[in-house]
This record gives sequence, structure tokens and C-alpha cells, in this order.
Amino acid sequence: MVPLSWYLTLAAALFSIGLFGVLVRRNAVAILLGVELMLNAVNINLVAFWRYSDALTSMGGQVFAIIVFAVAAAEVSVGLALVISAYRRRNTVIADELDMLKW
Amino acid sequence: MSTELIIWLLPLPPVLAFFLIILFTNKSKALSHTIAVGAAFLSWLGAMVVFFRAVGVEHLAEHPFASSINWLPTGETYLKIGVLIDPLSAIVLFFVAWCVLMIFVYSVGYHNFGQPAGDHDHAGLPPHGATVHGHTVPSVEPMYSRFFAFIGLFAFGMLTLVVSDNVLTMFVGWEIMGLCSYLLIGFWYGKESARNAAIKAFMTTRVGDVFMLLGIAFLYSVTGSLSFHDIFREEVLHTLASVPSGVFGLSAAGLIGLLLFIGTVGKSAQFPLHVWLPDAMEGPTPVSAMIHAATMVSAGVYAVIRMFPIISLDEKTMTVVAFIGAFTALFAATIAVAQNDIKRVLAYSTISQLGFMIAALGIGAYVAATFHLVTHAFFKALLFLGSGSVIHGMEHGVLHTGNHKVDPQDMFNMGGLRSKMPRTFWTFLIGGFALSGFPLVTAGFWSKDEILADAWAHGHTVVFFTLAIAAFLTAFYTMRQITLTFFGEPRTKEAEHAHETPWTMTTPLIVLAVFAVGFGWVGMPHWITGGLVENWFHHFIGSMLHEHSEELAFNIVPLATSLIVALGGLAAGYFVYRNVDSPEQDKLQIPVLKNKWYVDELYNVVFIKPATWFSEVFVSKWMDKGFIDGVLHIFGPTTGGIGSAIRNYFDVPIINQLLGDGSAEVTWWFGKNLRPIQTGRIQQYLILSLILLFVVGGLLYFLLMA
Amino acid sequence: MTAQQIIFLIVALYTLGSALMVVTTRNLIHAALWLVSTLFGVAVTYALMNANFIAVVQVVVYIGAIAILFIFAVMLTRKDMRDSGPQMHKNWWLGALMAVFVFAGLAFMLSGWSGFSKAAADLPSGFDSVSLLGEALVSPQAYVLPFEVASVLLLAALVGAVYVAFNKK
Repeated sequence: MVPLSWYLTLAAALFSIGLFGVLVRRNAVAILLGVELMLNAVNINLVAFWRYSDALTSMGGQVFAIIVFAVAAAEVSVGLALVISAYRRRNTVIADELDMLKW
Repeated sequence: MSTELIIWLLPLPPVLAFFLIILFTNKSKALSHTIAVGAAFLSWLGAMVVFFRAVGVEHLAEHPFASSINWLPTGETYLKIGVLIDPLSAIVLFFVAWCVLMIFVYSVGYHNFGQPAGDHDHAGLPPHGATVHGHTVPSVEPMYSRFFAFIGLFAFGMLTLVVSDNVLTMFVGWEIMGLCSYLLIGFWYGKESARNAAIKAFMTTRVGDVFMLLGIAFLYSVTGSLSFHDIFREEVLHTLASVPSGVFGLSAAGLIGLLLFIGTVGKSAQFPLHVWLPDAMEGPTPVSAMIHAATMVSAGVYAVIRMFPIISLDEKTMTVVAFIGAFTALFAATIAVAQNDIKRVLAYSTISQLGFMIAALGIGAYVAATFHLVTHAFFKALLFLGSGSVIHGMEHGVLHTGNHKVDPQDMFNMGGLRSKMPRTFWTFLIGGFALSGFPLVTAGFWSKDEILADAWAHGHTVVFFTLAIAAFLTAFYTMRQITLTFFGEPRTKEAEHAHETPWTMTTPLIVLAVFAVGFGWVGMPHWITGGLVENWFHHFIGSMLHEHSEELAFNIVPLATSLIVALGGLAAGYFVYRNVDSPEQDKLQIPVLKNKWYVDELYNVVFIKPATWFSEVFVSKWMDKGFIDGVLHIFGPTTGGIGSAIRNYFDVPIINQLLGDGSAEVTWWFGKNLRPIQTGRIQQYLILSLILLFVVGGLLYFLLMA
Repeated sequence: MTAQQIIFLIVALYTLGSALMVVTTRNLIHAALWLVSTLFGVAVTYALMNANFIAVVQVVVYIGAIAILFIFAVMLTRKDMRDSGPQMHKNWWLGALMAVFVFAGLAFMLSGWSGFSKAAADLPSGFDSVSLLGEALVSPQAYVLPFEVASVLLLAALVGAVYVAFNKK
């Protein structure tokens, strides 16, 4: 039997790794990769809680995960569109150089 | 129309005339004098109706025409004012109405109505003549309408005083006349002498008025009423006589009487408050006639006669009254002898004659004093108007010759006017004889004789001799005046070219002359006609007194004295001055007399100079400019100092620099140092927010879990 | 150690390793490919949890669409065929520290939770998660509204992405 804690730990670790990627990488697309990892970690958490809940017939966890899929897809598409648009304008994808909101 | 209503309405026409002229008809001379003379005529008409009705009433003194209204609420009762016509006020009303009307008519001619406007005439100065076809003719007075307005107001004041039934409205009329005397004496306000004379008149009578007001206040506080009916009741008089007032050992009645008498001393120009009357000759002659003959000075004597029941209660007051009256009579007569201005002689003559009346009241001769008051009003008004006529004639001569240095009022410039101005001459002669007491045919004789008779009969010998000497001097200076003015040859070219004045001026003279002759006969003593003709005047006026005064029996001494002094004085005056042509030949030009016994100079040193010093130096310079302004001058710099101190030590360093600039500095410093946080880099933002999350989360976790 | 646990451990390690490679590889294409691998591991995890439909949807949507999208994006944003410059910040240790803190924090908080070491319940026989999921998604008493809103969201994202990335030349 795999206890719930293992799944949750896995999700937490995946989340942290994704966070590390977001904070550290210079390329904008790479940052979005990190975001994807974090979303997947969340999904794992949701499904795990469904699986280990007492009412398995209420599919709330899975439905939530499906919604997260949809949201992630939407976010990735718009985000990459933005990155591409910024690349076209500024000719760079280094996140540090996209600092027009600087003081 | 009921008599009471007429009496209420008597003062109304002149005051209406005043307002109408002032407000509406000032520009139109004809309309103004029509309104004024019309008003005087209406009042005269009403007065005559009232007088003849009053004379027809039996025992008018007990049942006078009276009407009063509640006026001033004082607690539970009212102060009432109203009108009263008893024998005294009826007779006074008679002569006031006649004199006022005559003077109003006279003024039309005096101010040259109908003449052209002058060449260089200014309002405020006497008119100086206009050039018509190369001749200089008299010009019309520029302030014509104003004059009629003022004398209308004057008439209102006098009528109010005469018809009033209480001391308060009497005093109101008194004061109105005081104001009008100021306005009219200073009528030609462009002349400095006129301005000063007006102020002098007002101030001097004011001194008297203050004491009179004190007397009225005291009277009210003791008796609780000011109405004649109330204060002359037996029990009230008894109380007044017995209550001591604490001043000079006088009873209440004595003090009240003395204070009221001081008011008369001012108004009727008795010594020592006589100084204003000669200076008041600055006003136009109708004014002099009005003020000094018919109305104002008579008002003073009327007040004493009216208040006689109170004044007579105290011996000391009566002595004071008699003394002042007799002294003034002699004093003024001595001055009149040395005066050269035709009006000044008459002025001092008025003072002297008023002294006669006051003295008569002082010795208790109530009826005699009243009689003399009435006759004096007629012949003095006549004399003043006559002198005005003379002056007008002389001015005509001055305009003719063009020599304006000649004083048309100086008697030594006149002479021989008898032929040039006959009507003026004859009326003036009648007036002068009346003043001197020419026997039998003049009113003055009867009234003056009665005073002397009273003095002799009641044993007041000092008063008797003083008045007799004064009467002699009166006749003397009167004849001097007539001789110098009318007899002999004209002494100057101007006198040669004088001519008679128009009918508006001579007709009043004639009317007054009739009264000056005839009025005396209503008061003849009964023994003259052997008891056939009653002394109507004595009975009429004598009924005013509570104890009916006996008519005097015949006594040769006063009668002889009167005859001697009158005829002797007239004769002496004529023979001495027949041949005097200039002041150098006049032996009586003694400096002391000419300078009025230096009374004015004395007052100047004793009163005027200290008062001027007090106001100019003490009050104005030291107190006002020095002290008060000094205090204020401390405020200014002090406030300025405080202001700049606050500015420099508080406002600028603390508020401006510390708070204002300081807060700006701090904010800028914060901004400068916090700005680099915003780098525009998302990853840095994320890191920062995570750090913050940990910090806050940790705090919350450990605080809440603990 | 049961067989389930061992399998789980292997899959978990595989997933985490791939994830680490995603965030540390220099070459972005490699990173995208490592992402594919990670997603695959996650799908296996779903299957282990008896969430069959989710596992399949994971493969189809995430790997088949999103990862491909990443590869396209990487290709469209290259200045040249080489990757130039460092691919991590100078202060990457700060980010690592943050990640470690997050992990530690999460683990700490979860360990304090009572249901942490729960055991899995047995599935009832004949348990058809797919049809139950389908019913839940379209039942008015269940989650039809979020479902529909999610579709609107996808529409908006579609329009938005097209608009933003449109090449106006």
C-alpha cells in the first residue's frame, strides 16, 4: 500500500523543482517549462486526494484536475504567444531583458 | 371749533412752514415767504380767537382752557403733556402772535424781496448790492428762503412754550428757541464775527439751561409731576416750602426757584450771563427784534412769572432775583450810554428793561412785571424794526456813494434822517418815548410807573432808587439815540442819500406803534380816572395769584419820580446831543462804559482761556496724542515684533524647513532608496514575494500555533 | 515493501530526475524533451492511482499538445541555432534556497496533518471511474458549470493567443 504521504511528498518535490526552474532560468520559455511542472504537481495532489478520500464516487478531485488541464493549456498557449510576440519586438527571450516596467 | 383744539393747533403752522420751505420751496423766494407769512397769519388768527374767547371767560384762572394727553408711561401713571391758556398765557399769546406776524411781514422787505440778485453776493454773507443801468441798488438776500424757514421754527418754539401746560414742553420750546437763536445769529455764516456770536449766544444760554434742567429734575423728583396744575396746588407748594434742600440753607422751593431763575438769567441776558446779547446784533435786524424783544428774552421772564408761586416761597431766592434784576438794569443802562452802534444801544436797553421786570418779580410785583413784559415787547420790537429801517436807508446811501468803508449802523454817521425817513422817524419816536416812559400817552409809562410804585409801596427802597436811576439813564440814552440819528443835519453823504423803506417794512412799524401807545391804557391804575375805569389788566392777571393782590393806592412819590426821570432824561438827552457831531465831542465815551465794564475780557481770562488750554493742551496734546496714541503706538511695533519673531523662529525653521522641506526630503530619500526594488524583472519579484511569504507565514504559524 | 510501493518509487524517481533535467539543461530543446519525459512519468503516476482517464488525457493533452507547443515556441524564438550565454542567473543559489524552503515548509505542514499517512481505500468492484467522471462533468447537480466556463476560457485563450502572436507584417 502506498500511503498518501508518498504521493504528497512527490507532488511537493515536483513543485519545488518547478519553482526552482521559474526562479532561476534566464530564458522565458524555460520559465514557462517550470510553470508546467508546478501545475503537474498540483494535479498529482488533486488526484491523490481523490483516490484517498472516503467518498470515491464524488469525482470532485478528477474534475478539478480536468479543469486544471484546460487552464494549463490556455495559459501555455497565451504565454508562449506573448513570449513570441515579445521576441519579435525586442529580439530577445532573456527574461531579464524584458524589463520595461522598470523604474 | 373748540378752543382747546385751536390751542393745540397754534404752534403747527410755523413748523409746517419750516419743513415745507426746507424740503420743497427753498428755490422759490416768493413761495417761501408766502408760506411763512401765511403760517404766521394763521397762528395769529388762532391766537386772536383764543385770546378773545379767553378774555370773555369769567374767572379764567380757576377755569382755564386746558387739555392734556397721556404721553410718557412712567410705571403706573403717565407723564401728561398738554396745553393751557390761563390769563398769563393768554396775554403773552396776544403779544407774541402780533409781534411774530409783524416781524414776518417786515422780513419780506428787509431782505429786499423783488430786488435783483447781487453782483458778488455769496450765500453766507450779507447782500452787497447789484448794478442796474449803472446804478447800484440793494440786492436780494441769497439765503432768503432759509431765513423764513428759521424764523418759522423760532415761532414754533415760542408758541410751544406759551401754550404748554407743563414745565417739560415749556423747556422743549425754550431749547428750540436756543437752537434757532444760534442758527439766526449766525445766519450770515460767512462773517467770522457772526459765527463767534452765534457760538457765544448758544454757550452762554446753555450755562443757564443746565441749571434750569437741574431745577426741573429736582422739581420732578420732589413733586412727581411737571404739570402746572399739579405743582401749583396748595399742598404741593406747602411741602416744597417746608422741605429743606440742604443747599445754602434753602428750602426745596427756594432751590428749585433759584435753579430755574438761573435759566432765565441766561435766556434773558441778566448779569452775569448777559454777554451774548450785544454780540447777537450780528444777526439780521428782524432776528434781533424777534429774539431780543418779542420772543426769546420774553420767554425767560415768562418762565419766572410762571414759576412765581414756587420762587416766591423762599425769601432768599426772591432777594437774589431782585438784586440781579436791579443790578442788571442799572449796569446795562450805564453801558448803553456810551455805545455808538444803533443796535447796540437797543441791545443794552433790552438787558436793562429785562432787569426791570426781574427786579419787579423779585419784590413780588407780579402784575407789574407782566404788564411791563407785554408793553416792552411791543415797543422794543418797534424800536428794533425801526432801527432796521434806518440801517436800510443808510445802506441805500452807502450803495449810492459806493463808499463801503462807512458803517451804516454807526449813529455818528447819521443825522437829519427825520426828513428823509418820516414814517420811520415818527414810529421810532413813539417807541423811544414808550421806552423812556413818556407820561400818559405811551404804554411804557404805565408799566414802568407801576413797578416803581410797587417798589416804593412795599418798602424796597434800594430797588426803588436803583430802578429810578436806571429809568433816568434809559430816557437819556434813548433821546441821545434819537437825536443823533434823526435830528440835526446829515453828517455824511450816505445819510444825505438815505430814503424811506418800502411799505412791507413801515407798515409793521405803524401797527406796533399803535400798540406801543394804546396797550398801556388797559392797565391804568383805577385812581387815574377816579375809580371810573377799572384796571382790567390788574384784575385779569392778578387772578393768577392765590392771594389776590390789592391794587395800589395812589402815592405821589413814585408818580413824581417817574415823571421827573422820564421827562428829565429826555430833555437832557436832547439838549446835550443836539450839538454833538462826532465821538470826540461826546463826553460820555468813557472807556469803561464803552468796553462794557470789561466783563467779556474777564470771562476770556477766567473761563475761555483755561477751557481752551484744557482742551488743546491737556486733552488733545497730552492725553489723546500723548497717552492714548502712545499706547496704540506700542501695539503696532509690538505686534510687528511678535509677528516677525514667530516667522523667523518658528515658521521658517520649524514649519517650512523641518516639517515642509523635511518631509519632502524624507519622502524623496525613501523613494530614491526604494526605487531600485522595482527592476521590472519578474523573477526577482517572485523571489521577493516568496521571502515575504515565508516570513509572514512563519510568524503567523508560530504565533497562532503557540 | 510491497510491489506497489517499489513500482511507485521507481516511477517517482524517474519523474523527479526528469524534472531536474528540465530545469538544469542548457539546451532548450533538450529541456522540452525532458519535459515530455516528466509528463510521461506523471501519467504513470495517475495510472497507479487508478485514475485511468486522467492518465490518458495527460498523455494526449500535455504531451501531445502542450509539449509540442513548447518545442515550436523554442524554435520560433532562437536567434541562431546555438544557445548562447548562461542559462541560469548569477544568484541561482537563492532560487535553490527558496525551493528547498518551500519543500521543507510544505512537508512540515503536511506532516502535521492527521490524515497524512492514510491508506488507500479499496475500489469497489465494477467501479467505472470514466462514466462517473463523465456524469460529474455534465450533471447539473455536479460540475457542468465549471466545465462550460472552462470551455469559454479555452475559447478566450485561443482568440487571445492568435491575436497576441499575430504577425502584422
